[in-house]
Amino acid sequence: MSSIKTLRTDVAIVGGGIVGSSAALALRQMGIGVALLERDLCGSRSSGVNFGGVRRQGRPLSQLPLAQRAHRIWGRLPSLIGTDGEYLRSGHFKIARSESDMASLERYRSQSLDFDLGLELISDARLRERCPWLGARAVGGSLCVEDGQANPRLVSPAFALAAQRAGAQVFERHAVDEVAHDGAMFMLRSGNALEVHAPVLLNCAGAWSGPIATRFDEPVPLRSGNPVMVVTEPMPHFMDWSLGVEGGGIYGRQVARGNLVLGGGAGIAVDADRTRAGSDAIATLAAQAIELLPALRHAHFIRTWSGTEGYLPDRQPVLGPSRTTPGLFHGFGFSGAGFQIGPAAGEVLAELVRDGRSSTPIGAFSIERFFAEEPTTPTPP
Amino acid sequence: MTASCALQPVIVGAGPAGVRAAEALVAHGLRPVVIDEASRAGGQIYRRPPASLAQRSAQALYGFEARRADAVHAAFDALRERIDYRPDSLVWNAHGGRLDVLHGPTRSTSGVPYGQLIVATGATDRVLPVPGWTLPGVYTLGGAQVALKFQGCAIGQRVVFMGTGPLLYLVAYQYAKAGAKVAAVLDTARLADQLAATPAMLRQPAVFAKGVYYVAWLRAHGVALHSGVRPSRVLGDATESRVDGVAWHDGREERTLACDAVGFGYALRSETQLADLLGCRFEFAPLHRAHLPVRDAAGRSSVEGVYLAGDGAGIMGADAAEWAGERAALALLADHGVAVDTARAETLERKLHKLGGFRQGLERAFPVPSDWAAHAPDELVVCRCENITAGTLRQTVSVNGADEMNRLKALSRVGMGRCQGRMCGVAAAEILAHATGLPLQQVGRLRGQAPIKPIPIQLAACEPAGDAGA
Repeated sequence: MSSIKTLRTDVAIVGGGIVGSSAALALRQMGIGVALLERDLCGSRSSGVNFGGVRRQGRPLSQLPLAQRAHRIWGRLPSLIGTDGEYLRSGHFKIARSESDMASLERYRSQSLDFDLGLELISDARLRERCPWLGARAVGGSLCVEDGQANPRLVSPAFALAAQRAGAQVFERHAVDEVAHDGAMFMLRSGNALEVHAPVLLNCAGAWSGPIATRFDEPVPLRSGNPVMVVTEPMPHFMDWSLGVEGGGIYGRQVARGNLVLGGGAGIAVDADRTRAGSDAIATLAAQAIELLPALRHAHFIRTWSGTEGYLPDRQPVLGPSRTTPGLFHGFGFSGAGFQIGPAAGEVLAELVRDGRSSTPIGAFSIERFFAEEPTTPTPP
Repeated sequence: MTASCALQPVIVGAGPAGVRAAEALVAHGLRPVVIDEASRAGGQIYRRPPASLAQRSAQALYGFEARRADAVHAAFDALRERIDYRPDSLVWNAHGGRLDVLHGPTRSTSGVPYGQLIVATGATDRVLPVPGWTLPGVYTLGGAQVALKFQGCAIGQRVVFMGTGPLLYLVAYQYAKAGAKVAAVLDTARLADQLAATPAMLRQPAVFAKGVYYVAWLRAHGVALHSGVRPSRVLGDATESRVDGVAWHDGREERTLACDAVGFGYALRSETQLADLLGCRFEFAPLHRAHLPVRDAAGRSSVEGVYLAGDGAGIMGADAAEWAGERAALALLADHGVAVDTARAETLERKLHKLGGFRQGLERAFPVPSDWAAHAPDELVVCRCENITAGTLRQTVSVNGADEMNRLKALSRVGMGRCQGRMCGVAAAEILAHATGLPLQQVGRLRGQAPIKPIPIQLAACEPAGDAGA
């Protein structure tokens, strides 16, 4: 019988997605000891299989300080994690399909002026001139020239690898089976293989964060969502911008190799761990894709996939200290929009550990918001 | 027969396994749906030329297999009116009791519901690339055979066949019989392998005799046969636009030979994507060097109502496919309360079991070259869809620590192209296992994803029509 490995460190992190991994990296850069436990492979879940949009435009205003911080991190990605992860500031264009869509894009631009996103509204003749490839239903849109896209398959694992190079102890294929707290120290146990003891715990387990929050009497209404992604065969390059649509529905981008990556709709959860894109969702996405980009009419889909993201009802993450347990910090529930701000969330978590406060406002993401009202019973995950 | 009235099983694949499964179901009063990607039944092995082509005799098309081919075709033709037959139809996805089917000629999609499903999806060549394999004029052995059987043409004027496996000599023989110049047959297996395997092979004396006959015939007709070779590369002309020859190592020195086309392959690999999408449990099968959907002796998969038959669940050959197809159908019937001939079922299981020993022998006679990955140069393109080289894969292991197939895919793009790893997956797994020092079974397998083959977006956009037939 092999004896269980026991480890003492400053901070234990559950979850090797982009949030947990970037927190690990930031903590190591502060000289703080880290052990990260990931039940699968780092960046292999939502952080690695999402659409790859790196956009600030369209986020709630409360997220923009965090998004701006992330924007600066993305700008120095190669020096930070040793790869550009195919990150491109290619521009993000949010399409309006009606005058009222256009009005709402204008409203967003004026509301977000303080954040200097540099939004440019484009319509009519200028629209056709700038993007002749766009389908007829588009009447205009809003361009954020410095937003862009990246390859999540490469970026998210690279954060974990960078953290490891910086001295974090990363344990992949180590599911956390037990979490305990004796008032001073947390204890995490993974099977009969590993026990980690640390005074600080970061809950960065994405869609699987609910049980840890509940374990510390903070049940939140976290539910899983399964976005559908499809990719076409490579096509001659015609589009730089990453596209979204006001009101949602479909999003798309063309990668350097020529493939179009498209997302939208909801997939199927086969079981707790596996997801699929169903044929109805693929059909809807295909119809929308042709409408948005008529050039796709004669292309083929070669691949589809889904994933599991954690959603909260207000579509805002939980980011900040626990309300019940000193030393516990949450960073989860990014509701399908965590890829861009993930690295900033990681830095914020590191600051919270070191300083007890964040230099970026995160009040809107407090877990308190689920308990502020009369003590109703929130739906456990 | 009340139980059977409600039964309308769906069979995917109309090769030897699918045809015999359909026959058994029809014999018990059922009218199965038979979905097949080809325009005519027969599968890859008994593929029939398009009806519009001048018909050659079964003897000319299938040689020794003519009688078997004729029997399978005749069985199918007799069933034709008693089954719901959907040729030219690609099953590209499956979920929740429904198959998503793309019908080629009408360019339409449909959803075919099923309660019971027999998966008989067959096999393709096992490809272990060699430098130069992406040159025009290089085909898989199966591809070379299809050109001959289906299109009535040869892949070149002067052809070299290389690799290993029983198909190597069969295709060379078929080409030579059809009048093509076979410049040489280069077998990576050693003569010693074949001799050592003889006792096991003699368990199927008729099959063994055919193999011996092909070799003798080729030798008698002046075809150079080399065994124990290591293919070095396919040579291209100055513009790299066509094949010029092949180079191989014979153990002592490198040798070359001029040719204008190459057929190559290392036996077959199962087409398991549909079983994967259906949720069947997979296990590593050492004999096949592959992860395969698990089936019991009767063909039941791990998923209730899903049965597996033929080469799609492990390469056992055409004769075994016929037996397994019939056996799976009997299992399906029995599982739904239909009385079946249990003695027949036992006989079929016995025959299938007996074939196991012969298969072991085949594997010994034509082993996959265990040193392939070690000798694959860094610049060798493994994944031709995405242009991913062996060097890139090795670097993904050494720099990023990839030790599992899906991780390797995510980080390197291998298997992300049109073939979705169906062609390159075997080679990528061999490279990964070699680079990590892990056993092949431990590096895992690529997860199946829809679509099984690329689908036109325009067709995907059609709401799948509900299916009246099933």
